[in-house]
Amino acid sequence: MFDKILIANRGEIACRVMETARAMGVKTVAVYSDADATAKHVALADQAVHIGGAAPAESYLKGDVIIQAALDTGAQGIHPGYGFLSENPEFVEAVEAAGLTFIGPSASAIRAMGLKDAAKALMEEANVPVVPGYHGTNQDGAFLAEQAAEIGYPVLIKAVAGGGGKGMRLVQEPAEFADALASAQGEATTAFGNPDVLIEKFVTSPRHIEVQVFGDGTEAVHLFERDCSLQRRHQKVIEEAPAPGMTEAMRAAMGEAAVRAAEAIGYKGAGTIEFIVDGSDGLRPDGFWFMEMNTRLQVEHPVTEMITGVDLVEWQLRVAAGEPLPKTQEALSITGHAFEARIYAEDVPKGFLPATGTLSHLAFPQDARIDSGVRAADTISPWYDPMIAKLVVHGPTRAMALKQLEHALRHTDVGGTVTNVSFLALLAAQEDFAAGRVDTGLIERHMDALATQPTACSKARAVAALTALGLRPLDGSAPAETLVLWSSLTHSLSLIHNDVPFSVDVTVTDTAEYLVALEDATHRVTFRGGSWWVEGTKVTARTARDGAELTVFWGNGYRFVVVDPLEREEDVGAGGNTIVAPMPGLVKAVFAVAGQEVTQGDRLAILEAMKMEHAMLAPRDGVVADVVVAEGAQVEDGTALILLEEEEDA
Amino acid sequence: MKLQSKIITGSEEFAANRAAHLEMLATVREVAEAARMGGGEKSRARHESRGKMLPRRRVAGLLDPGSPFLEVGATAAHGMYEGAAPCAGVVAGIGRVHGQEVMVVCNDATVKGGTYYPMTVKKHLRAQEIAEQNNLPCVYLVDSGGANLPQQDEVFPDRDHFGRIFFNQANMSAKGIPQIAVVMGSCTAGGAYVPAMSDVTIIVKEQGTIFLAGPPLVKAATGEVVSAEDLGGGDVHTRLSGVADYLADDDAHALALARDALKHLNRSKPQTVAWQSPEEPAYDPEDILGVVPGGLRTPYDIREVIARVVDGSRFDEFKKRFGETLVCGFAHVKGCPVGIIANNGVLYSESAAKGAHFVELCSQRGIPLVFLQNITGFMVGQKYEAEGIARHGAKMVTAVATTKVPKITMLVGGSFGAGNYGMAGRAYSPRFLWSWPNSRISVMGGEQAAGVLATVKRDAIERQGGEWSAEEEAAFKQPTLDMFEEQSHPLYASARLWDDGIVDPRKTRDVLHLSLSASLNAPIEETKFGVFRM
Repeated sequence: MFDKILIANRGEIACRVMETARAMGVKTVAVYSDADATAKHVALADQAVHIGGAAPAESYLKGDVIIQAALDTGAQGIHPGYGFLSENPEFVEAVEAAGLTFIGPSASAIRAMGLKDAAKALMEEANVPVVPGYHGTNQDGAFLAEQAAEIGYPVLIKAVAGGGGKGMRLVQEPAEFADALASAQGEATTAFGNPDVLIEKFVTSPRHIEVQVFGDGTEAVHLFERDCSLQRRHQKVIEEAPAPGMTEAMRAAMGEAAVRAAEAIGYKGAGTIEFIVDGSDGLRPDGFWFMEMNTRLQVEHPVTEMITGVDLVEWQLRVAAGEPLPKTQEALSITGHAFEARIYAEDVPKGFLPATGTLSHLAFPQDARIDSGVRAADTISPWYDPMIAKLVVHGPTRAMALKQLEHALRHTDVGGTVTNVSFLALLAAQEDFAAGRVDTGLIERHMDALATQPTACSKARAVAALTALGLRPLDGSAPAETLVLWSSLTHSLSLIHNDVPFSVDVTVTDTAEYLVALEDATHRVTFRGGSWWVEGTKVTARTARDGAELTVFWGNGYRFVVVDPLEREEDVGAGGNTIVAPMPGLVKAVFAVAGQEVTQGDRLAILEAMKMEHAMLAPRDGVVADVVVAEGAQVEDGTALILLEEEEDA
Repeated sequence: MKLQSKIITGSEEFAANRAAHLEMLATVREVAEAARMGGGEKSRARHESRGKMLPRRRVAGLLDPGSPFLEVGATAAHGMYEGAAPCAGVVAGIGRVHGQEVMVVCNDATVKGGTYYPMTVKKHLRAQEIAEQNNLPCVYLVDSGGANLPQQDEVFPDRDHFGRIFFNQANMSAKGIPQIAVVMGSCTAGGAYVPAMSDVTIIVKEQGTIFLAGPPLVKAATGEVVSAEDLGGGDVHTRLSGVADYLADDDAHALALARDALKHLNRSKPQTVAWQSPEEPAYDPEDILGVVPGGLRTPYDIREVIARVVDGSRFDEFKKRFGETLVCGFAHVKGCPVGIIANNGVLYSESAAKGAHFVELCSQRGIPLVFLQNITGFMVGQKYEAEGIARHGAKMVTAVATTKVPKITMLVGGSFGAGNYGMAGRAYSPRFLWSWPNSRISVMGGEQAAGVLATVKRDAIERQGGEWSAEEEAAFKQPTLDMFEEQSHPLYASARLWDDGIVDPRKTRDVLHLSLSASLNAPIEETKFGVFRM
């Protein structure tokens, strides 16, 4: 076993690898960019080496620097994590040339799977089913129709030079083929100047199911499947294992095909074979086709770990260190059901726009597995993937695990940035998903319902108001004592929620008793028996405050901006049309010319007074109407120097 | 030692007492509610329609949310000026801004334009007196047309009239007590000096005005025609005249600026007494209503009240076996050490001497004094005069008058005659003086006063050989009885600011605590007593 390894990655996966290494007694070396100097993975490691600038090309993609760091620190192996250099065969060769161990597959295995077409051909040879299709040069109509019949309807006609859906036709039955082909070719000619097309089987209700494999370089085992059908623009959102509706026959067929695929390239280490599966009519052993192989540890590997009890990173280290596969196929089995949700800093209603921010508050439920590369007060920078955490749950049945997933997401509190947490929680409760009716189009079909920004109810807004005023402590503890002699006082404040401002009147009627008047409701809020109550509802909300931003975590994270009554627009100053001498002096220079367009801050003239030169600046954007003073003139305090044209009303 | 209550909370007597107190409280609440409404619905609506916040909203906007507000004179001017000046047209009290206690004085422009009635002046001056004695920064939320002209003889000329406000501002500023004004409406004539005499002044633009003479008077005097805004608006005063320092967009902005100004005072409370962790009383303060008889004629043990006011109901009673009608002892109120002096009957020579001794002890140690006043007076009669009760009484009055430790007085029952003096009545400048709704204050009981007058009258009639029937005597006594009943009532007293306000007995502990806390903003000076007649 290694004494020390270097992890050529950052974020949650670097932390994940370090945790297992530490448990195995293996020392760890972190590498970090300028942006990550104080990152969690650096704090977790035994040693850390700075490798360059924030941009990945200047740091995490610099193989030579990373190898040198490993040599300098005495690491014997390099774990690549996922992304960055994990599937780069030249890096693997360089690592090995430096006398170090690459904890992953060989360069040749990576190359074999790197080129998609070659990989497919290789898989066909190994008797692994690939999506049927014709990619040849024969463009004869009758020949193509024959091919289509062989592939089996429905089929997709695609322009070879295509993109953006142009020159693409879905054909449901043979009778439609000729017309569809003609129109596809016509469109392809217009759009790309090339009429050539290819034909592929169209999978009606496609599901993404992948099989985890593990090889020792010769032999391989599989660790069953994962279903990653919940995707948004090819980004996985929630993954689960095992796949819903999976049959023993199908699992055996897929598993064996995956093992054949891995063994065909002499695969060593953890890898994933991705299949496209026809889910239109239940899962059938003849309804899956090879898509590609990922020659690395996957983001979603934890769901496999949860159902098999295997630590895949431990296996990686052991196999890389020369040990045999820790378990035989027969010794592997599935226990229960697991889900993983990927929590990102992203603005869901704005098309999942990646977000940044400092995590002013970060709290996860105790009963879920959290793989995270950030801590509270850490920053989500624009340089890398804005992942905050992977939340993983494991339950005896799919239904129970799914309930756990929703509950855990409802208790995931992230403050300081927008997140997809409420989107994930809505997804976890989505009807089709709950019933196991998943396919890759599910999220798009239900986007409107899933991507709605959660709106705080009046009770949550009441909690926000009390917390914003400091009447309710952030930790939900007891309020300070007050005295209302005869007349209670009413405090007003303004909040902004989901870009909508609203005002609240909070009357302190007695110690721990409040009347919160919102625009649409009035709530009596109390603190009694150690808890806060809005009317008869116990407040289980958590709250976090970061400057003007207040987040109420109550089923969802509701973000509020507390309006500071001190923040006002600065007075622009009076007399914006006339530039006057601020004191008696000599006009040293005049730069402005009548009719000239000026922008705010432009130098219009120079006045010399009290032995100093004072620049007369344009107070706003505008046009010079008139220059009423000449160079060399001695002027009095308040003398008009330059006039601007009246501002046009917008 | 922890006090042991002998009260049976389930008794009929307890229920009757409680009912009586609740009825009295309801009456006060009604009066306070009317005072809170200021100049009434129409006037308030007009005020708000101008974008102005109502006075109590302004106070709330200034104070820390949830801050206690120890309101002074909440029912001032009640029943006076034919009801024209609810709350005396000004809200005053102590609250916290950024954690520090400040005195707020806020004009109510819904009440006759915020003009000063005699009681308005008295209340403003009382608020300033509290601030000066206790070293509390003052914030004036100004919205007033100045002196109420029909009452000018009662508000302008005398020492404790309008001009005293500015005298106080100058002298407090000289003592380093910050004076901050927020001009949220008119500041006309003399009123202009409130902002002008302040250390820092904030003005709301196109709303606040400051001028010695308003546009009508200017026109009358010089013929100049000018708008109020051009004459003395926020723009003029922050840009040209320098009378104000900060220009605010609106009330909320102005109050936020005032809060900000109070951040930069660089003050901290002096180290005075040794605070302890507060502890709830072992007996529920709520039960005070059932413990204390509704009328003054029924005697009860004042320790039952003390047990429901002090921390842990623990009371270290001093000289318990001597002069038993005056209960003295040490305790803590929400962590603050106090010496309590409470009446448990009429004052005898021993009680008075014991009281003087206890005041000396607390003065020596720098312990604030709390007076629970329920006193019909000093014992009368030949025996007592002969043993020198006036001499012993004088000792107690001297001690109470000259001690420098903070004194807080709570009228929990009767306050009659010289007993009022010995027990730190208003004339003895306690830092605060509060009244329970069941309390009564007068030079003597109505019955006694009527009796004295009747005796004199009967003597005169009988000297001339006349006769005076019992019916005639009763008819003669009735007007005196009625007058005393009306004038001794706490609402009558509070209306005239003989006290700082009426307190729900259940809140005694909180009010004492806040009064003590406010008092301790000023260092405790060393006491030099006068000559004790030994």
